[in-house]
Amino acid sequence: MYNFDFVKPASVADAVAALAGEEAQPLSGGMTLLPSMKQRLNAPATLVSLTGIDALKGVCREGNMLVIGAATPHAVVAKEAAADYPALAALAGQIGDPMVRNRGTIGGSLANNDPSACYPSATLASGATIVTNTREIAADDFFQGMFSTALHEGEIITAVKFPIPEKAAYAKFMQPASRFALTGAFVAKYADGVRVAITGASEGGVFRWSEGEAALSSNFSAEALNGLSASADGMIGDLHGTPDYRAHLVGVMTRRAVAAAH
Amino acid sequence: MPKDGGIGASTKRREDLRFLTGNGRYTDDLNLRGQLHAYFLRSQVAHGRIDKIDTADAAAMPGVVRIFTAKDFEAVGGIPCGWQVTDKHGQPMQEPKHPVLAEGKVRHVGDPIAVVVAESAEQARDASEAIVVDITELPAAVDMKAALAADAPKVHDDLTSNLCYDWGFVEENKAAVDEAFANAAHVTTLELVNQRLVANPMEPRVAVGDYDPWNDQSTLYTTSQNPHVIRLLMGAFVLGIPEHKLRVVAPDVGGGFGSKIFHYAEEAFCTFAARQLKKPVKWTSSRSEAFLSDAQGRDHVTKMQLALDADNNFTAIRTETYANMGAYLSTFAPSVPTWLHGTLMAGNYKTPLIYVNVKAVFTNTVPVDAYRGAGRPEATYQLERIVDKAARELGVDPIALRRQNFIQPDQFPYATPVAVEYDTGNYDATMDKMLEVADYAGFAARAEESKKRGKLRGFGIAHYIEACGIAPSNLVGQLGARAGLYESATVRVNATGSISVFTGSHSHGQGHETTFAQVVADMIGIDAGQVEINHGDTSNTPMGMGTYGSRSLAVGGSALVKATNKIINKAKKIAAHLLEAAEADIELKDGKFSVAGTDKAVDWAGVTLAAYVPHNYPLESMEPGLEETAFYDPSNFTYPAGAYGCELEVDPETGKVEILAFTAADDFGNVVNPMIVEGQVHGGLAQGIGQALMENCVYDADGQLVSGSFMDYAMPRADDVPNYKVDHSCNTPCTHNPLGVKGCGEAGAIGSPPAVINGVIDALQRGGYSHVTHIDMPASPSRVWAAMNGK
Ligand SMILES: Cc1cc2nc3c(=O)[nH]c(=O)nc-3n(C[C@H](O)[C@H](O)[C@H](O)COP(=O)(O)OP(=O)(O)OC[C@H]3O[C@@H](n4cnc5c(N)ncnc54)[C@H](O)[C@@H]3O)c2cc1C
Repeated sequence: MYNFDFVKPASVADAVAALAGEEAQPLSGGMTLLPSMKQRLNAPATLVSLTGIDALKGVCREGNMLVIGAATPHAVVAKEAAADYPALAALAGQIGDPMVRNRGTIGGSLANNDPSACYPSATLASGATIVTNTREIAADDFFQGMFSTALHEGEIITAVKFPIPEKAAYAKFMQPASRFALTGAFVAKYADGVRVAITGASEGGVFRWSEGEAALSSNFSAEALNGLSASADGMIGDLHGTPDYRAHLVGVMTRRAVAAAH
Repeated sequence: MPKDGGIGASTKRREDLRFLTGNGRYTDDLNLRGQLHAYFLRSQVAHGRIDKIDTADAAAMPGVVRIFTAKDFEAVGGIPCGWQVTDKHGQPMQEPKHPVLAEGKVRHVGDPIAVVVAESAEQARDASEAIVVDITELPAAVDMKAALAADAPKVHDDLTSNLCYDWGFVEENKAAVDEAFANAAHVTTLELVNQRLVANPMEPRVAVGDYDPWNDQSTLYTTSQNPHVIRLLMGAFVLGIPEHKLRVVAPDVGGGFGSKIFHYAEEAFCTFAARQLKKPVKWTSSRSEAFLSDAQGRDHVTKMQLALDADNNFTAIRTETYANMGAYLSTFAPSVPTWLHGTLMAGNYKTPLIYVNVKAVFTNTVPVDAYRGAGRPEATYQLERIVDKAARELGVDPIALRRQNFIQPDQFPYATPVAVEYDTGNYDATMDKMLEVADYAGFAARAEESKKRGKLRGFGIAHYIEACGIAPSNLVGQLGARAGLYESATVRVNATGSISVFTGSHSHGQGHETTFAQVVADMIGIDAGQVEINHGDTSNTPMGMGTYGSRSLAVGGSALVKATNKIINKAKKIAAHLLEAAEADIELKDGKFSVAGTDKAVDWAGVTLAAYVPHNYPLESMEPGLEETAFYDPSNFTYPAGAYGCELEVDPETGKVEILAFTAADDFGNVVNPMIVEGQVHGGLAQGIGQALMENCVYDADGQLVSGSFMDYAMPRADDVPNYKVDHSCNTPCTHNPLGVKGCGEAGAIGSPPAVINGVIDALQRGGYSHVTHIDMPASPSRVWAAMNGK
């Protein structure tokens, strides 16, 4: 790790001001950023910690929305979202290990947009809104490919607003080593249709599986997906699975999510 | 019931108190006054010519004391290889120099180019980034078969090719083996890969060199399984420091699994640099560095054939294996695919003719050497896979085919056609026991139940044998070993009767501090708490060869028994004097010496006190004191064997394998501490299951390590392995060591991979996937799915 300055502001405004400095970067749970700094792959001059800002923390229900502060750790979501949005809580409860869940946050996960991360699938499948210090971004516009998002330099996520679905579930097939999603499917059923988001599979990062959505919107059952399969084009091929395998898992995991949805 | 604390008691491990409370003393816990820190700048390319190394800027960085490159090591030897294999033409293997720091060329990603020694570890690393290294990248030799092509890039320019040796065993049998194949009623052929593994002990390697100029004394603290071997190799071959001026200490060591047997460049470096700088020099490996610098394991590509006659008797075995050596020869690398592999090819079977061919190949990858089991898992895997495959091809029960070909109990001692003589065994007994404990009879019903849930259930069987208790020195000397393989023990009885034992067998998870104390306590009849086991420091332990090859109890324990017997003999003489009786009439029982047939007695402490306060003592005929040393050189290997059963389910939708039950019925001979033996089997099984289903060390075509961290290298976790059923009640004691013990450290890792893969194939075959006759390890979900779907 190289030397860096560390600030821990108490308000979003102070954090935004601090981020205007040269090579400043937000630090949330640090579960992704710190390992990359230790490996000297990342060398910010200033780390601006977000975890001292109360306004960025907590899970609360606002009408038919579940609003989660960006700096809320996975373990808190696993617990506090359980009553309102059990599928989301279950997803959070399956991320990493206890240390990762107690440190890592939803805002960090979304800002990072790892193609194998779990939260992007729930966010996209829920048609959630990402709230930043300057604007609100629809999930459909937020994820822009592997490790890439609509966030501007110095912009910070403050909260995520999840419309609560009638039914939903996340089915994650774990990559055997990292236990991130080799392929994960988040299915959410709303009054106006079904949304299916797939993570872990595509070289373009999280994506909506439109064929699956169409089939499920007219018949929300695992059988509705029989015979449907995703194309292997553009799927990730690595040590843990070929593009063919991942394309196949898109169907399997979506069926499993539908079967588990409640 | 055995006496608590004696032989046969499941005494709790005394060392766990410090380990589990975080009070172990590991090498990295050691911080010497004035200590400097070393950072190794390592090659990022697999193969390249070093055109220039410019350290000027780096040397001016804060805290930098000195930067070392190959130039500084011109007067120093290379890292030696401890075993010379002779090829099938009687020629010695090709043995390239292994410099401490790369000379002229880098040969694998991770090959050390330069070392910065600075006041802090961070400063050393910072400065390493300012070193300018110009390297002309060369094409890399990665795939073994490609590396043997005439136009392949040569890893070592001064060798004739990348072939280290082409070994034939037994070469004289080759023609007879070929003839048996020509006459066979059935031939089964299997091509397989025994993939490369990374040992990944919990504690990464650490070395601290220290030098006392006033006494010209060097000390190396290191994470080693065998400090005396390191002292010998490093002192005599690399740095030229005689033994009396060099001390090697391996304190608590957090696991080795073979990877900490070998002498590494970092050890020589820290010792050398401490002498140069007259200050302690410390290096602690990061996990990432461990992936690039710890010797790796396995990496065999094999074609095997089994010949059977019309009655399904095995008539011959023929194998051809390519064994990866990596870029340099690690300490025992040449012996692993040869003498630790070919000699086990008979397995438990009566096969009369065997020919094993091994081509060892240099590639631009991290060196490969012994890893838990070393050669024997590779042999067992091939054999137990091909027997299963043959049974399927012939439409016979794989258990019956094994039984029919088993060496029978009345055939021991049994000389195999691959140069070893098994002393005892009863393979049907372990097979019966495994099937009983696993409730094999109920399998069909359980498989039906799985089917209802859409899962494919299978039962895989393997019956292994291994040779451990390594090894008779005169034999291994003939086979090319450059060291003896005896073990040593000093038993120092203190004046009040407590006992300090000094053993050459290092303990790094095996529990010697507990079991060795049990042995001594049991022999004398005192409480085990009165016995302390010391190991790991060449300055106070007798020269011993260390811990690997499941040898500690069989060889080190035997030395301990010998030394303790000497103690008892002398103590009896003292007791006879004190009791005014004839020595022949003295009996030792429960820590008390008595005169047979009388009530005259003296207790243990009475005798030991007399030995050190010899007021009433036969000084004219006997020296005072009570301390004995013994060396034990085994007359044969020991041959643990056992039957393993793996019951599993395959999810046909995803290809994911879930192990539901794993049963191990091992014959380890006599058992000193059943709990520790069970724990050793558990650990071995976890590693074997890890190999079978998860672990895979992969290089890309450029020689870059693809699986260079735990994000991609899949280590088994607790929930990846089932609860094990371990039985060691079938027991044919070893006939040639005093405890009748065979060794249990590697069995789990040897027997389990074929049991798992046989189980996967069984599940798929039963489920109708009859085209799947083999899946290479690791049988990861994607591979199983691809095999099922013909992808
Ligand atoms: C062992 C391990 C296992 C894991 N397993 C999983 C898994 O199974 N599934 C999964 O989804 N994830 C997994 N993760 C990742 C984990 O969820 C991380 O916590 C998460 O990806 C990053 O969150 P963080 O709060 O730690 O972010 P940090 O590491 O602090 O930051 C990550 C990036 O986001 C930026 N950032 C942080 N907060 C904000 C914000 N509010 N606004 C703008 N930018 C911001 C940072 O500058 C940085 O670039 C795992 C991580 C580890 C170490």
